[in-house]
Amino acid sequence: MIYLDNAATSLRRPESVVRAVSGALCSLGNVGRGASESALSAARVVYAAREKLCAFFGGADPSRVCFTQNSTEALNIAIFGLLRPGDHVISTDLEHNSVLRPLYRLEKEGVETTFLRADTRGCIDYADLPRALRPNTRAIVCTHASNLTGNALDVSRIGAFAREHGLLFILDASQTAGSFAVDAQRDGISVLCFTGHKGMMGPQGTGGLVVAPGVDIRPLKTGGTGVQSYRREQPEEYPTRLESGTLNGHGIAGLSAAVDFLREITPAAIHAHETALMSAFYNKVSVLPGVTVYGDFAHERAPIVTLNIGDMDSGEAAEILSDEYGIAVRSGAHCAPRMHEALGTVAQGAVRFSFGWFNTMEEAETAADAVRDIAL
Amino acid sequence: MRVREKKEYVIFTFHTTAAAMATEKLCQERNIPGRLIPAPRSITADCGIAWAAPPEERERIEKEPGLPEIAGVYLREL
Repeated sequence: MIYLDNAATSLRRPESVVRAVSGALCSLGNVGRGASESALSAARVVYAAREKLCAFFGGADPSRVCFTQNSTEALNIAIFGLLRPGDHVISTDLEHNSVLRPLYRLEKEGVETTFLRADTRGCIDYADLPRALRPNTRAIVCTHASNLTGNALDVSRIGAFAREHGLLFILDASQTAGSFAVDAQRDGISVLCFTGHKGMMGPQGTGGLVVAPGVDIRPLKTGGTGVQSYRREQPEEYPTRLESGTLNGHGIAGLSAAVDFLREITPAAIHAHETALMSAFYNKVSVLPGVTVYGDFAHERAPIVTLNIGDMDSGEAAEILSDEYGIAVRSGAHCAPRMHEALGTVAQGAVRFSFGWFNTMEEAETAADAVRDIAL
Repeated sequence: MRVREKKEYVIFTFHTTAAAMATEKLCQERNIPGRLIPAPRSITADCGIAWAAPPEERERIEKEPGLPEIAGVYLREL
C-alpha cells in the first residue's frame, strides 16, 4: 500500500517512538500520583517531554506546555477558556471543524465572529484583517495551514497584527507541527495548539497547548490532579490548571521520542522532503486534462495536493485508487466545510493526497501515474 | 511498627507536579543533594510530592536561578 493520508495521521512512525511507547507501557506509573519510583519515573518522562516541546515550539516556560488528547481538545480548551459573550473573534474560511464548531457554539452564547473569506484558490486577503477589527475584538483563531488545500497562512504576519492590536492569537498547528518552523514567542502566539500524531509522527491520543505567559485560560475540565486535593477549585497553576485526570503517559513517552527524532532530522529537512514529493506529484497531475487541482502552489504550503478528476465523485475516485492501485487517500469533506464552499466542491468533495516523511519519490510518481490512468 | 531513624531536612512544597520535577532536574544538574518525597502530612494534607534536602542546602536552592515557584519551605525531621 502507498499511504498518502499523512494529513489525517502518520501511518509509519520512527522505531524510537514505537520503542518508547512499548517501554512506557511496561514501566510507567501515574504522573503525580504519589512518590513511588514508578510514579516518579512517569513524572520525569512527562516533564522531559514538556521541556522538549517547549523548546521545539519556542515556548517561554515548560510548565505552560499542557497535554491533551489531540488538537481538537487543545483548541476547545483555548477557545472556550478565553472567549466570553460580548467578545469578537476573527477566524478564516480555512478552518477545520475543531475551530469552527467551538466558534459556532460560542456564537449562540453571544460571541461575535468574522471569518476572513477565502477565494477560489483557498487564499485569504490579508487586507481583510484590519477591516475585520472591531472595538471588542479579543482574539484571532486560525490554522497554520489548511488541511484541505495545504495553503499556509503567514503566521508571523498574523502574530504581528495581533500583537499590534493587543489581541490573543490562538494557532491551530495541526498540519504544520513537525515540519514547519513554529516559534510561539517570535510569532506572538498566545496559545499554540498541536497534535502529536500527524507531522510530529508521535502516537495518537497526544497533543497539547503551549500557552504564553500572562494568558489565563479558564479550565474546560476539572478533576483529579494529584495536588491541592482539598481545594474545591481546580489548581490555578499551569500545567495542572488545564490537566485533569490521568495523563496519557505512554503516549507522551512516544511523543517525547518523536520530538527527539524531529530535532535530529530537523523540521527543515522534513519539510524539504515532503515538499519535493508534493511538487513532483503536483507537476504531473496539474497538467492532466480533466484534473482540477485546488490551492495556491506559489507560496510555502503543507505537503497536500487536493484534486478532482472530471466530475467523478471524490469517494469513487478514492475507492478506485485504493482498490485498483493500493493508494490510500482521503475523499469527502475533510471536516473543512467553509473551505469546500470557497472552492465550490461541496457536492463533489475532493480527493486529498498528503505526503509524509516516510513516503518516497517513487510512491509520489506512482500515485501521479494512477491519477493519469483514471483521468485519461 | 518499624521506626525509621530521623534526620532533619528542608522540605520544599509545590503547587504542581511539574514544578517538583523541574526542581529535581535543576538540583541534579547542579549537584545539589536531595530527593523527591510524598509531601509530609504534617506540612500539608495535600497529596503532592515535595523536595527534601539537607537543611544547609536551603539558601543555595532558594537562590538557584530558574527555580520554579515554591509553595512553601519547612524544616522537618523525616
